[in-house]
Amino acid sequence: MSKIIKIHDMSLRDGMHSIAHQFSLKNMVDLSQALDKARVPLIEVTHGDGLAGGSVNYGFAKHTNSEYLSAVIPNLKYSKVSVLLIPGIGTINDLKMVEDLGVKSVRVATHCSEADVSEQHISYAVNRGFDTVGFLMMSHMLSAKDIVEQARKMAGYGANCLYVTDSSGHMLPEEVTEKVSAMRHAFPDLEIGFHGHHNLGMAVANSIAAVEAGADRIDGSVAGFGAGAGNTPLEVFAAVCDLKGINLDIDLSALMDAAEDVATPIMGDKLPRVSRGALTLGYAGVYSSFLLHAIRAEKKYGVPAREILLELGRRKTVGGQEDMIEDVALELLRAGG
Amino acid sequence: MKIRCALIGSGNIGTDLLYKLLRSDVIEPVWMVGIDADSDGLKRAKDLGLKTTHGGVDGLIPHILEDNIQIAFDATSAYVHAENSRKLVEKGVKVIDLTPAAIGPFCVPPVNLEEHLSQGKDNVNMVTCGGQATIPMVYAVSRIQEVSYGEIIATISSKSAGPGTRKNIDEFTVTTSGAIEKVGGADKGKAIIILNPAEPPMMMRDTVHCLTKNEPDQEKITQSVLAMEKAVQAYVPGYRIKEGPVFDGNRVSIFLEVKGMGDYLPEYAGNLDIMTAASAKTAEMFAKQMIENQK
Repeated sequence: MSKIIKIHDMSLRDGMHSIAHQFSLKNMVDLSQALDKARVPLIEVTHGDGLAGGSVNYGFAKHTNSEYLSAVIPNLKYSKVSVLLIPGIGTINDLKMVEDLGVKSVRVATHCSEADVSEQHISYAVNRGFDTVGFLMMSHMLSAKDIVEQARKMAGYGANCLYVTDSSGHMLPEEVTEKVSAMRHAFPDLEIGFHGHHNLGMAVANSIAAVEAGADRIDGSVAGFGAGAGNTPLEVFAAVCDLKGINLDIDLSALMDAAEDVATPIMGDKLPRVSRGALTLGYAGVYSSFLLHAIRAEKKYGVPAREILLELGRRKTVGGQEDMIEDVALELLRAGG
Repeated sequence: MKIRCALIGSGNIGTDLLYKLLRSDVIEPVWMVGIDADSDGLKRAKDLGLKTTHGGVDGLIPHILEDNIQIAFDATSAYVHAENSRKLVEKGVKVIDLTPAAIGPFCVPPVNLEEHLSQGKDNVNMVTCGGQATIPMVYAVSRIQEVSYGEIIATISSKSAGPGTRKNIDEFTVTTSGAIEKVGGADKGKAIIILNPAEPPMMMRDTVHCLTKNEPDQEKITQSVLAMEKAVQAYVPGYRIKEGPVFDGNRVSIFLEVKGMGDYLPEYAGNLDIMTAASAKTAEMFAKQMIENQK
């Protein structure tokens, strides 16, 4: 029996970016129940930017993280819930608050070159017995060697799983193979994960490349919910895995049903696709959650979202710098006018 | 005469502050205190003629009276500040805290330095770099009309964030949020910090969002914000409003950039500059008061 690859659903966290963090509690419950039925082992639930993500900068969610978690967790039979914590936005106090709600898995996310800002949070989570993941965002911006060096810090703080995170959906399969292999070899005793975005249409191929390079966990969303063109569409990935003999230990039909019957109606016309803006993110290597903010800036200032996103790529912005979008739009407006 | 002072902490902040104090008319830096004999900051201080110790604050304490140290700056970390402060205050030294420990009241010069001068507290806290850059603007809005929510996003270059900042990132968020409320005057405060590793390093930039309770009075707020820009520029020449104030419903947004003086780290490290400049300004005001009282 081949090893079981653990899938981690992003629909209810990264998917929040697709609808400006406006899921209702019922949306969260319905979708998490469908995922539970499909035996998805891990489901992430928070604001798209994680604990304490609600802000003018990123948008306020319809409900607080505590409200979402309290609605979802008690109804799950099989799936476990994780939360996202981005140091600089969320704090250990925010993690303590959700710990009381039954969360025992956390992903501590930093820009790929800034792993040392996660020391406090990873150490705390490890001490409290969490499944603790070090999540290196925008992994396309560093070499395989440097990614390993940063991951080594997170491993040193005690993380039991380390992620290559393609936040921009910019990576191609050979790059995924190179980076995941490097991590696999450097950390034989830890789990390695891959988080993809579909901005260049490569998320499924990239996730398969990650599994073949030795990854243990793969992130994705049903119906491709998620920032930009969405995360790896899980039902598609699961079907491909089935054909390739990769064992996910899930119910493929139930997953397809969750995508078609539950997820798709929730998103309606906001269902992510490789739109012009999303493609620009992948092409220019820009953080995927910038998409809707750039479209809003286009509407307000009349500067094309594509121009804004390309400029943000040139300036090497990183995750969380949504405040640059309006700033750059105003600058381009002045330069053009 | 000048008031004699000591700098505790020989990292980026302590060293940058040293250069600013050397230019002061009313303060004379006498001691530089570190914990690593090989630190660049201690070496520079020694070359500049200061007395140095790598024995931490305990290496300084025996010399406080004989060297007549009246003001000490603590640029170590939130964890050790309380103990450092206790030892210094016991010897009658006034402490200016550049860590996010915040055991003393927050000081943001253009907002409440005057108030601190009249109160004569032993210890004042300089909040954080992001706080010094943004809280004057939150206050510039809240002095015109009520602000229900103030949010700041501080983005600094990775190169300008030392190990202390990185280890204490939660303290940054918590301390800054608290000061947005207490000093900035917002009912609720939120702070976000982002490190950006781009090369060449990006200039420190800060965004301030205020949500006003009632429709913002655009003209009055704009005037107040522009006046505050000038007030900060008086001690941080590289401070400027890049865009804004932008009005959108009841949201008022100001986009700032802080270019440093390039004293220790290059100009991109405006975060260092605004922290040390605000601390130097605060100390100078205290020193002037001390000189006045001794006359």
